[in-house]
Amino acid sequence: MKREWQMPLTVLSIAVFALFIWWGQNHLNAYYIRVLNTAAIYIVAAVAYNLINGVTGQFSLGPNGFMALGGFTVALLVLPVPQKQMVYFLQPLIWPFNSFSLPQGLFVIAVLLGGVIAALGGLLIGFPTLRLRGDYLAIATFGFGEIIFVLANNLIPLTNGALGIKGIPEYSTLMWTWGWAIFSIIMVSNLAKSSYGRAMKAIREDEIAAEAMGINVFFHKMLAFTVSAFFAGVAGGLLATLITTVSPSLFMFTMTFNLLIIIVLGGLGSITGSAITAVLFAFLQELLRAVEAPIQLGPIHLPGVAGMRMVVFSLLLILAMLFYRRGLFGKKELTWDTIFSLLGRTGKRVGTTWKSEKMKLS
Amino acid sequence: MDIQSFIQQLLNGISLGSLYALIAIGYTMVYGILRLINFAHGDVFMLGTYFAFYLVMIFMLPWWLSAILAIALSALVGMFIDRVAYRPLRNAPRISALITAVGVSFFMENTGIVVLGARPKGFPRPDFMSHAYNLGGAYITGVSIWVPVISIILLLVLFYVIYRTKIGMAMRAVSTDMETTRLMGVDLDRVISYTFAIGSALAAAGGIMWACKYPQINPLMGIFPGWKAFTAAVVGGIGNILGATIGGLVIGIIEIMIVAFFPALSGYKDAFVFIVLIVFLLVKPTGILGETLKEKV
Repeated sequence: MKREWQMPLTVLSIAVFALFIWWGQNHLNAYYIRVLNTAAIYIVAAVAYNLINGVTGQFSLGPNGFMALGGFTVALLVLPVPQKQMVYFLQPLIWPFNSFSLPQGLFVIAVLLGGVIAALGGLLIGFPTLRLRGDYLAIATFGFGEIIFVLANNLIPLTNGALGIKGIPEYSTLMWTWGWAIFSIIMVSNLAKSSYGRAMKAIREDEIAAEAMGINVFFHKMLAFTVSAFFAGVAGGLLATLITTVSPSLFMFTMTFNLLIIIVLGGLGSITGSAITAVLFAFLQELLRAVEAPIQLGPIHLPGVAGMRMVVFSLLLILAMLFYRRGLFGKKELTWDTIFSLLGRTGKRVGTTWKSEKMKLS
Repeated sequence: MDIQSFIQQLLNGISLGSLYALIAIGYTMVYGILRLINFAHGDVFMLGTYFAFYLVMIFMLPWWLSAILAIALSALVGMFIDRVAYRPLRNAPRISALITAVGVSFFMENTGIVVLGARPKGFPRPDFMSHAYNLGGAYITGVSIWVPVISIILLLVLFYVIYRTKIGMAMRAVSTDMETTRLMGVDLDRVISYTFAIGSALAAAGGIMWACKYPQINPLMGIFPGWKAFTAAVVGGIGNILGATIGGLVIGIIEIMIVAFFPALSGYKDAFVFIVLIVFLLVKPTGILGETLKEKV
């Protein structure tokens, strides 16, 4: 594949996809729109999560905390004032959130602010923990998620406690969610390709060697962590205006677990792998509702079992780790080259891409 | 606060802390040898209480016998988890084992919800645990006395095993230098298996006493005690058994004292443990008794 063809091809395919999304918003039924929206939000969150876990190799368990920060920020910003007075009947909402709400036109600002607040949270938690090596990050980020959960449950004048905030206007349309999804894929994959990204990958492969080569390990971990937190916050904000309600239980560890499955199955380190698996996951989650529904097999009646989905997902994660650790894509990206070589249209020149990759590894 | 209620709270703190200590030892032993946070440890704790619960309720066994059987069963479960989920990943990157551990934990919790039911169950506690004793005017329930006593006995047994038996010596050797120990002819997998067995047994013992203290059990009950115990292991210096004991007591006493002195903050107590952890990581990343880990290059 010639280099100068790639950019126009990418732009063209995004344009075609945009047309599809525009058509879908008006013609698909509400159920499919909902699933597609969820898929896009999973893309934003999973691609961002992969930046810290897969590209930089730092095991974080905190995206649910960052998504909560983004979700609650957006909810507080866009909830109409009369609705605010109605929802906060336990204790009134504190100033300044009780006196204004952003109109639909400024929705993008609300989401951006949600991302910024989450990124600040990332700075706050990353600063003490990213200096440490190894698993402490996993504990500290998990702890951060739990701290956010406990705060959300107890700061009633801000978050309305366990009841959560209801009646958020439904601003997340397919155009918004998929716009953010494509933006996050482009941003994160460009970051991963840049010199910063190469430094992050060096840290993933061998932290000590990377440091010895003059890479500022702390700075690059921090960069990955903050960018990751930003997009997680954006995903949380989009989710809030998609399902029109936020509550602490929405952002429990299950959320992180879903994202972990997505990035592991997609291949730790592969941005495109995460994006594709995120879509598959959103659909799989809907398909697996069948497992939880009662089943009638002739004379045998199997009662529906709630929670079966999560059992299946956790088994999937364990099996993937035990038998197929590379995931769908390993560390490779899906590029035009690989697409064309798979289609077998461009002959030998491109067909060698995968082989040469393998030879480098061995 | 008068001195009497302070002592009462301190006893409560010690009894909670000794439970954290029992769980923390399982984390610290596994981490000391494999450098793996065994996320599923808290769920073994949960499983231990369910074993005891069903042994009492279904098989009508006497209380002490079902406790012992539950502890033994949990030890087997711990060994099984290691065999199935962690052993195939011994030579894999550490992040793979860590992700598997998260998966195992989530699997146990959700299978627990499906099989055991999400609704909490009342735990039948024996009389001597719920009896209130009169100690110089202050009434103290049996739990606050018996939990630390049983914990100390278990800890003494553990220290004997670690420092006076052959398998204990092997464990200490493996945690110091795995490769060299293997070259000396020690069966690594066996030692690691025993480590999981001992850790899981202690977690189950902790779980049963936990259920005597808070007599309601549910499939997610292992999450928070598990994380607090892990925090305790880190605070005490991960890999160090005495450190885990001290860390457990510290975390338990802090938690009880916060609720006792600042009742308004009691909703935040679960978050406070993690704040303690982060502050501690900042000030003394290796913990109270921890040595600086040498990075292997």
